Amino acid sequence: MRLTLPEGRARASLLMAAPWLFFLALILLWELVCRAFALPEYVLPAPSAIVEAFFKVEMSRWFTHLWATLKVALMGFAASILVAIPVAIAMMRSELLSRTLYPLLVVIQSTPVVAVAPLIIVLMGSDDPSRVLITCLLTFFPLVVSTATGINETPEELVELSRSLDAPLRRETWQIRIPYAIPHIFSGLRVAITLAIIGAVVAEFVAAEEGLGYFIQFSTSFFRIPQAFAGLFFLAVVSLLLFKSVQWSQQLFFPWSLPRKGSH
Amino acid sequence: MTEPAPATNRSFVRLSGVGHRYDPDPAVPPAVTGINLDIRRHEFVAVVGPSGCGKSTLLRMVSGLLMPTEGEVSVFGKQVSGPRDDVGIVFQKPTLLPWLTVRKNVLFPLRHKYGRYSRADEKRADELLAMAGLEGFAGKRPDELSGGMQQRVGIVRALLLNPDILLMDEPFSALDAMTREQIGFDLLKIWEENPKTVLFITHSIAEAVLLADRVLVMSKRPGTVLEVLDVDIPRPRTAHTISEPRFGQLTERLRKHIYAPDAA
Ligand SMILES: Nc1ncnc2c1ncn2[C@@H]1O[C@H](COP(=O)(O)OP(=O)(O)OP(=O)(O)O)[C@@H](O)[C@H]1O
Ligand SMILES: [Mg+2]
Repeated sequence: MRLTLPEGRARASLLMAAPWLFFLALILLWELVCRAFALPEYVLPAPSAIVEAFFKVEMSRWFTHLWATLKVALMGFAASILVAIPVAIAMMRSELLSRTLYPLLVVIQSTPVVAVAPLIIVLMGSDDPSRVLITCLLTFFPLVVSTATGINETPEELVELSRSLDAPLRRETWQIRIPYAIPHIFSGLRVAITLAIIGAVVAEFVAAEEGLGYFIQFSTSFFRIPQAFAGLFFLAVVSLLLFKSVQWSQQLFFPWSLPRKGSH
Repeated sequence: MTEPAPATNRSFVRLSGVGHRYDPDPAVPPAVTGINLDIRRHEFVAVVGPSGCGKSTLLRMVSGLLMPTEGEVSVFGKQVSGPRDDVGIVFQKPTLLPWLTVRKNVLFPLRHKYGRYSRADEKRADELLAMAGLEGFAGKRPDELSGGMQQRVGIVRALLLNPDILLMDEPFSALDAMTREQIGFDLLKIWEENPKTVLFITHSIAEAVLLADRVLVMSKRPGTVLEVLDVDIPRPRTAHTISEPRFGQLTERLRKHIYAPDAA
């Protein structure tokens, strides 16, 4: 049987509200389960306990940790963009380069970063540069692949048009290929931004004195489970906001690159 | 049409024994072979033939995007040895750039070739758009236009650099029958106002007879010339042309050469 939806405006607002209502229901259920079975906090803290723990921590401390994580994630993300897009362009230009680099990229991608992170920290010290590198390793591959895919999807006719005009290769790249790759680059960016947060947190798990990842780990090791959960949710919200800002910037700067409204 | 220029007597585009093979293996027949054709200046030549017979290959050799592996193509007595900028190309799909307005799409060849364009160029773009019945659409984006309008923009873009030769590769085959007929007549009007040497590939025999001065019929692979038919129907051609007995005779004759059923 199918759920039948009301028509028109009511349907639209129901569609909007549905995920929030579901989320709220889940939280309520969680709270009820915790109370009904009187679960101890170290097994599963109730949402109310988590909220309480969140406000017990001073705001300035939250912001110190937030900034530490954000800084590494964004620096890694930016560095990754700066390297990945030119590499993708170069790989599209030269088959030799593409053949040479691709296996290496796959090897990097399929090596678990969690396993490599301690080695990087040992090698480079427990400072921001090594954390940024760890973040980069995680975000690099999806960006290269999405950019390269986008560049490859440029219609052959436009490439012919460019050749028939005898235009410089540089303009073919900038005026045709890169803009065509924008939708793909953005889907890569959306993946990369969430991976950047993961990278920063992994780096903090290995060695750090501040940051949200560090905060969660440290709270857990002192059995302050509600506080760890508070950190986790804070991190999830930050990650979501970053993801959304990538979407927003696409809407703002490249509205044409989005599928037309209604065509979903 | 009366053509006072002395150049009329000479052939403008000359194909002498032109052929191309994509596969160097001599066991595989070439895509196109032994094409001889002289096109007069400002002549409208249509090319018909079964799918895969090498029509696009022929067109790309005239454009200079593809070098013949046998024979040679010359324009005004000069051998074609690479992409040439006195050629405008219209593709089957309009392939406009979705991030540019209609006017900027039309101006794209200038920006792409020289990196800039002037006020006068903008004015010319607007005039061409008006001529193609696209007044008031200059500021719109391609996805706000119907398929037929997009293809008109594609034609206008090809006319911007005022090329001597207009190469059209099945330009109307993605359009519905009614739009297709209308845009065909509009093309004739544009061509009569701005005479050009036109090489027009189509799958539709009726379209070829309706538009062209001569129709080149190609054979199945390897593509060669089966017949070059003179269309001795006076211009201007209109919707009435279709009901003339001569039109029926010519299409009937062409149909005998083509094994594939006619699309139109
Ligand atoms: N780049 C290429 N490499 C190898 N073979 C090709 C290439 N382009 C075309 N061919 C082959 O050459 C032959 C002629 O192709 P072409 O595209 O010129 O035919 P066409 O008459 O334009 O076909 P259609 O009517 O389907 O557009 C076909 O058999 C095709 O498979
Ligand atoms: Mg073709």
